[in-house]
Amino acid sequence: MGERMLLRGNEVIAEAAIRAGCQCYFAYPITPQAELLEHMAKNMPRLGRTFIQAESEIAAISMVYGAASVGVRTMTSSSSPGISLKQEGISYLAGSNLPAVIVNIVRGGPGLGDIAPAQCDYFQATKGGGHGDYHMIVLAPSTVPEAGELTMLAFDLADQYRTPVMILADGMLGQMMEPVELPEPIDVASLPAKEWATTGAKGRDPNVILSFDLDPEVLKKMNLALQKRYRQIEAKEVRYEEAATEDADILIAAYGTVARIAKSVVRMASAEGIKLGLFRPITLWPFPYQPLKELADRVKTVLTVEMSAGQMWEDVRLAVAERANTPFYGEMGGVVPTPRRILSEVRKHAS
Amino acid sequence: MECSVIIAGFGGQGVILAGKILAQAGMDHGLEVTWLPSYGPEMRGGTANCTVVLSDEPVGSPIVDDPSALIAMNLPSLDKFESTVAKGGTIVVNSSLIDRAVKRGDAQVASLQLNELAEKVGSMRAINMVALGAYVKATKILPLDTVKGAMARMLKKGGKGEFVTINEQALEEGYNAV
Repeated sequence: MGERMLLRGNEVIAEAAIRAGCQCYFAYPITPQAELLEHMAKNMPRLGRTFIQAESEIAAISMVYGAASVGVRTMTSSSSPGISLKQEGISYLAGSNLPAVIVNIVRGGPGLGDIAPAQCDYFQATKGGGHGDYHMIVLAPSTVPEAGELTMLAFDLADQYRTPVMILADGMLGQMMEPVELPEPIDVASLPAKEWATTGAKGRDPNVILSFDLDPEVLKKMNLALQKRYRQIEAKEVRYEEAATEDADILIAAYGTVARIAKSVVRMASAEGIKLGLFRPITLWPFPYQPLKELADRVKTVLTVEMSAGQMWEDVRLAVAERANTPFYGEMGGVVPTPRRILSEVRKHAS
Repeated sequence: MECSVIIAGFGGQGVILAGKILAQAGMDHGLEVTWLPSYGPEMRGGTANCTVVLSDEPVGSPIVDDPSALIAMNLPSLDKFESTVAKGGTIVVNSSLIDRAVKRGDAQVASLQLNELAEKVGSMRAINMVALGAYVKATKILPLDTVKGAMARMLKKGGKGEFVTINEQALEEGYNAV
């Protein structure tokens, strides 16, 4: 670990991508992730790597497909409306077994929405956003340092499982500054060779990268292979955090920015004698169903708090399966719930 | 110990930079910090603000319902945030631009002619450092030298080392005015 620096979430994600060996970055600017693109514009050419400000989001994700096909670590980033434009490309990446990292610094929606922080892209990120039977691994950082750590991890997971991985953050995490010790850069030469990459078929049979086959039986096999890998990811890559859950009567289920705000609420509730705990999914896909199910047996209430109309709430209810009450509190349109506002919701359910 | 401050004013008064320097100084002092800007579609002459939280344990929420201090550089900022300040909190008021008294009776108020103090130092652009100096004295949150050091490093890093001296003077001017 290096020097402790005060950096924005957007800058930390960009710098972590560089240190994870991202060789090619393609994007089109949009608020509130502009600093991410700026950091890459400033630093990638200096390092002899590729930065392209594409003519559109669709062009950028297609360039990612190309770079991933030749086996280099590659990333794109955007915010909600731009991520919608990339969905076709993400589906192609998934169908073609290509590793790539996609960053979504979510803002208020739907449509053009606004530029304020939101979590309204949860469905799109976790349930497949584009066409076809696919998933991405979705990582949801809650602090600026964690945004860096999860970005490093995203590149490793993408390569390991040959899948697109999304960093799902929001405008607040992108814009805010916090002290961070950036991880040391990896040695790109030490990464395992990608035998499947299209690097010029000299002395070997050509590699083919496709998400296409007109024979339904063949395409079915391709799908089964994907699904097998998703089951492996579900078995091995679930990540979550618990805080103050040991003797909790009530849990808040929240991710990202809302989860860190909820940590303040846990302290405030404790001062009032309310036994409040926090369950924070770090992987939104695969969702930590099993650990939440086990917790639900021990508490009366699992209150989901989101900056959305209740998207993760559906997964929480699937996990809890009526073992506990599952109320919901959400804000929309870029409104961020304050600690006091969340606490007043908690009080409603404290017995 | 957790302290929070909202620094608010016109775009161009340097409130965003003042917050960054305070956050950097807090970090240099060994504290946990968060710095959260308003990042709406604002322009010069519009309003801008940022929230800084300094704590001796990891910061939960970077947004605060009741900040322990407010630096109000103009009237809209005082109107918007005065009622939110925690009981016994500190309000630094730029009386050059705010011609009303603070209504809160339960806050410590430092009412200063920040524009005039900045002019005295020789640059209106240093008004943010005058305000920050006043805040540091009123709250005793950090040693002034730590803030000076953070300011000097941030300006030098941004290629503006030539302005370090005048900003040091501005920090002292605000500090000594309280």
